[in-house]
Amino acid sequence: MKHVDIVIIGGGPAGMAAAVSAYKAGIRDILILERDQHLGGILQQCIHNGFGLHHFGEELTGPEYAWRYEEEVQKLNIPYKLGAMVTDLTADRKVTYISEEDGEVTLDAGAVILAMGCRERSRGALNIPGVRPAGIYTAGTAQRFVNIKGYMPGKNIVILGSGDIGLIMARRMTLEGAKVQAVCELMPYSGGLNRNIVQCLNDFNIPLRLSHTVVQIHGKDRVTGVTIAKVDENRQPIESTREFIECDTLLLSCGLLPENELTKCAGITLDRVTGGAVCDSYRQTSAKGIFSCGNVLHVHDLVDFVSEEAELAGASAAAYVRGELSTNGRVIAVNPTGGVRYTVPQMLYTEGGDVKLFFRVADIYNNVTVRVSDGNNIIFEKKRKKVAPGEMESIALKADILKNINGDNITVTLIKEGEKA
Amino acid sequence: MYDIVVIGAGVVGGMIARELTRYQLSVCIIEKQRDVAMGASKANSGIVHAGFDAKEGSLKALLNVRGSEMMADVAKELGVHYKNNGSLVVGFTDEDIQAINGLYERGVKNGVKNLRVLSKEEVKALEPNISDNVIGALHAPTGGIVCPYMLTVASVGNAMDNGAVLKTDFEVTSIEYTNGVYKVSSPTETVEAAYVINAAGVYSDKIAAMAGYGSFTVTPRKGEYMLLDRECGNLVSHTIFKVPTKMGKGILVSPTVDGNLLLGPTSVNIEDKDNVETTKEGIDAIVAGSTVCVDGIPLRSVITSFTGLRAVGDTGDFIIEAAGDHFVNVGGIESPGLSSAPAIAVYVTDLLAKMGMELKKNENFCPTRKIFRAAESKYHKVICRCETISEGEILTAIHTNPGAKDIDGIKRRTRSGMGRCQGGFCMPYVADILARELGTSLLDVTKFGGKSNLLVGKVKEVQA
Repeated sequence: MKHVDIVIIGGGPAGMAAAVSAYKAGIRDILILERDQHLGGILQQCIHNGFGLHHFGEELTGPEYAWRYEEEVQKLNIPYKLGAMVTDLTADRKVTYISEEDGEVTLDAGAVILAMGCRERSRGALNIPGVRPAGIYTAGTAQRFVNIKGYMPGKNIVILGSGDIGLIMARRMTLEGAKVQAVCELMPYSGGLNRNIVQCLNDFNIPLRLSHTVVQIHGKDRVTGVTIAKVDENRQPIESTREFIECDTLLLSCGLLPENELTKCAGITLDRVTGGAVCDSYRQTSAKGIFSCGNVLHVHDLVDFVSEEAELAGASAAAYVRGELSTNGRVIAVNPTGGVRYTVPQMLYTEGGDVKLFFRVADIYNNVTVRVSDGNNIIFEKKRKKVAPGEMESIALKADILKNINGDNITVTLIKEGEKA
Repeated sequence: MYDIVVIGAGVVGGMIARELTRYQLSVCIIEKQRDVAMGASKANSGIVHAGFDAKEGSLKALLNVRGSEMMADVAKELGVHYKNNGSLVVGFTDEDIQAINGLYERGVKNGVKNLRVLSKEEVKALEPNISDNVIGALHAPTGGIVCPYMLTVASVGNAMDNGAVLKTDFEVTSIEYTNGVYKVSSPTETVEAAYVINAAGVYSDKIAAMAGYGSFTVTPRKGEYMLLDRECGNLVSHTIFKVPTKMGKGILVSPTVDGNLLLGPTSVNIEDKDNVETTKEGIDAIVAGSTVCVDGIPLRSVITSFTGLRAVGDTGDFIIEAAGDHFVNVGGIESPGLSSAPAIAVYVTDLLAKMGMELKKNENFCPTRKIFRAAESKYHKVICRCETISEGEILTAIHTNPGAKDIDGIKRRTRSGMGRCQGGFCMPYVADILARELGTSLLDVTKFGGKSNLLVGKVKEVQA
């Protein structure tokens, strides 16, 4: 069995950034396994701008952002395989892939970086009643047809879900001559970035119908319309508000699900909320030497933060391979409570250096204090004017704060305005 | 001019056509849709019933037990997944146990082998996830599961391998009979045959009436289902039924041969023979019906829901009859139609012999399918990531009888697009392969024939 120091599963933005970072940390024996026919992952079909503001300090399109990393992968001669689908992963880091070129191959990896990304929630998973005609697509599938293939999946469109891809596609379809009737969102707020609501809906007068959902799909061969309805506070449709909208296409942008099938193969512990692996501050999972980063770990709003996380995972994997990954000190579990849905990482070390803790909130809150406590003591506080589920939050915890944690867990919570401090 | 035309390429029509090609007969199968298995054959429970449900002495009882006994061999010959997983009818009340004892008696009379009534402890030992409220069950070890649409695809395909002709997009609009010849016509084409077999499913009453033999009616009985991710397929190993009612066997919980978990069906008589809508009420009923039987069903893992229409005849039994001169009705084939299909085919062939059809053995008959093989490396090129389906398998589906012509046809034959992402990733790639292999534009690729085109035009050429 061939040995490879670091095998990276997925050649999207996370996989490439992890590879470059591992290379810069001194590892040369790296292999990226990418199932598609190109590197860059889903960025290749994201031809709109808005990428790279945080990471590169300039505004790039998806393919441009991907190229920044691909160029570096090429320049550094980091090996990669295209059309290579990983079919099995074990906890002791045996990676099996198949490709047209190589057939089935199993590698013995010194470390593995999971960078498989995520997929969109489908119509079936949403249990929308009605028929099953042509014309129902996830927003990402529609994006591929329009931006990569040059074909229009429809011309009269309703979008369910106000995730970022849905918002982007509302604008894209409009620019291509289609009529977008409405974007319906089950929740009373959008799951997408505010800037996308402004630039993709408001600028084109596309109505955002908050607290609305699709209750029935009509049509025989092709979608002919949808019935939408307002939902009550329990998210149940209100019968009297049913409204028929004629359309030939329903696009779905109802959430992204990390693709952790291989992670499960390896028996790695998953976080029920993120859908990704439980990881430590190095992005190491419950399986030693297997790291995770990008949307397979938790769904990000911005690729910039994917790159940042992947660089950390890449450097950590390199340290692991060299036997230098410092997991000294006590293990501290991070518990999200009081309006904080999850944190990444879910655990850290008292002697592990500075840690940037990412988290998402459960609702929109104004004027809150993010508080980290170790049971007895508040160890960190930060005020935020507004937090929303659609925007990932982060706090930086300094090494000396972590050193002084009492006990074996900390909580991250939101103190709302007027609540007792 | 054919010896026989079979109307309807469902599992019944397919099995009959295949059986007929064992003899020196020219057979034509005609189908309204673009593909085979487009009616009840693609949307049912996929259960091979042991045969304890149907009333003793009925055709249903006879053909179910026979068909069930034949199924393992037929599936093996045709390369279709079949599993003898056994079934349980679980009881929660004293009345249920009485009914279960009744089913046991009936099953024994019908000739079902190895039936046993189990105690609560025995049930829980077999299936730990069955609700603690269970007090007993009927165990039928001969029950099984099979892939219903692949059984149809394979039987039609094998009939074609043995000389039968399949005509799809052929909706019968008239049937004339003059001078011993049937003329079966669509708006654009006529097929002539000496014999007609009407296996038109929910439309079998209409076809019979069209030929002047309208002696029965078929009511569509809607059954909604929910299919769960393969990671839930091990929740139960047997097919779990509740005690049946007048409207059928109730909502079952079963693994499928492909490893998913299936919940359903509901049971509602409707009028519209094409109404395959799912409903909120249906989904609610499935959830309620399945969760009382089995604990821990992860409803978050639903990957799709669908509706099938059972063809319920007005006699309470299968209607298999020589209706007129050289015309055979095979109507009202509701459950246990799938289980019975191989036996129905033999029964119909015997009926044809009695009607005077000459049956000379076809020495060249081959019971296995001719499978197209693409270049070996194509089987390592993965197109559908959720189900790990290769381009090679997709090419096989397109070029093996009856070749897939649309996205859903590929899905049923290969499972590409049938996994947890429901084709979100692979569908554009499958569309490309279909267009390339069939020599058409991407714009002509459909989801399931008719006007179900995936795309409406090229960019820059479409205006709302």
